[in-house]
Amino acid sequence: MAEKTPLTFYSAALPGIDTSELHGKLIVIEGPDAVGRSTQIARLRPWLEHQGHAVLDTGMARSALAGKGIQQAKEGNTLGPITMTLYYATDFADRLENEIIPALRAGFVVLTDRYIFSIMARAVARNEDRSWIERVAGFALAPHAVYYLRADVKELIPRVVNGRGYFDFWESGMDMRFGGDMYDSFVRYQTRLLRALDRMSKRYNFITIDAMQSPDAIFEELKKHITRLFGKNRRGRSRV
Amino acid sequence: MRLFEPNRYRGKLIVVEGIDGSGKSTQLSLLSQWLRSMGVAVSFSEWNSSPLVRETTKRGKKKEMFTPTTFSLIHATDFADRMEHYILPVLKAGAVVCADRYAYTAFARDVVRGCSRTWVRNLYRFAIRPNLAFYFRVPLDVALGRILGGRDAIKYYEAGMDLGLSRNVEESFRIFQGRILEEYEAMAAEMGFHIIDATGSIEQQQRQMRKVVMHDIGRSLRDGVLRGTGLESNGRENTADVL
Repeated sequence: MAEKTPLTFYSAALPGIDTSELHGKLIVIEGPDAVGRSTQIARLRPWLEHQGHAVLDTGMARSALAGKGIQQAKEGNTLGPITMTLYYATDFADRLENEIIPALRAGFVVLTDRYIFSIMARAVARNEDRSWIERVAGFALAPHAVYYLRADVKELIPRVVNGRGYFDFWESGMDMRFGGDMYDSFVRYQTRLLRALDRMSKRYNFITIDAMQSPDAIFEELKKHITRLFGKNRRGRSRV
Repeated sequence: MRLFEPNRYRGKLIVVEGIDGSGKSTQLSLLSQWLRSMGVAVSFSEWNSSPLVRETTKRGKKKEMFTPTTFSLIHATDFADRMEHYILPVLKAGAVVCADRYAYTAFARDVVRGCSRTWVRNLYRFAIRPNLAFYFRVPLDVALGRILGGRDAIKYYEAGMDLGLSRNVEESFRIFQGRILEEYEAMAAEMGFHIIDATGSIEQQQRQMRKVVMHDIGRSLRDGVLRGTGLESNGRENTADVL
């Protein structure tokens, strides 16, 4: 344990947190809507547990503090883009401080379905200032690994249609009216989101996984990466 | 780094700041009545009043769930909602917006709670720069005397109890407000506050405010901003006033 590099905050440290106490692993699964993130997390969890790791999984808008408020706000038609960004940032901070950090302190593997990158991508897709949101989210811990499940928009469309069966208002960015109807708006908004995520890829050391493959193939690839991550001599962790 | 967005609209933004018990709300209320009596369309916006965020803030306070970061973020969310849905459209319409507390409140309070100064300032970068920001300067003991005498029990976060400054609520409140006062004083010159001596009489302070308003934005008030309907209104945060 002696040579272990402690996790670091991106820019602004959270008050009162000693990162040298965080012994767990922080693993992020990122990617657009309907790309299959939750399917993979549902499979990774028992696989990790089978190997003896304790796992916490968490995801957007699940915080005790703001989860309900975000759902309610999305049901109305008055959630503005900056308000939405900050509401999600509040939700993220609550989960980071009250779930993720305590779990890392206890030596858990934390599997998170999206991270600050989705919040930032949504903000950038809505024409908010990139440097603003990057600084706002600067209190996030730089994860040990970010796996970016990537698929083109034309690949996402059949998954949405086969899955939910309709285009969701928010997943289509209808609050910004990117197109005349849900389909047009979905295509334009998701294209913007992908572009924003692609741009973050290098800066935040994403490991891109081709999500056009079958779920089994994606799972195999994720397992390979994670095995390597645990095998690593606790050095060479991605940092920004 | 630019602190705020410039006000590119016809409307004017007037804000008041100061610690609890500085008398700023009384003064803002008098000022807005005066502006209305001149035929100016006026709208109010109060800190921590967004209907979209209310339940979350209530939950967090009741269950004492906040950390310095989430406390700061939820107030910024509240502010963003008011900015996007009330303040900005009303300024665009050409009215005068009177805001009881503004981003400066977060600059002082959240930093006292332990958030980084540069982080908090960046957080509010989307805010419109006020045309006038009044700071009600008052010695701590005077403000505490006004607060501790008169009203209901001080609440947990108001007293800064989350900081563990003291187990005694009044003592905690005293220390917390003292630190906030120091933050206000430290930023006063940088932010270009118009400083009002809040130990003076109510009439004196109001005269001083009106003088500053006439000097700085008097011309716009005469022929730039939106005119009111002439109907008296008693509603606060009532954007319908100007429509």
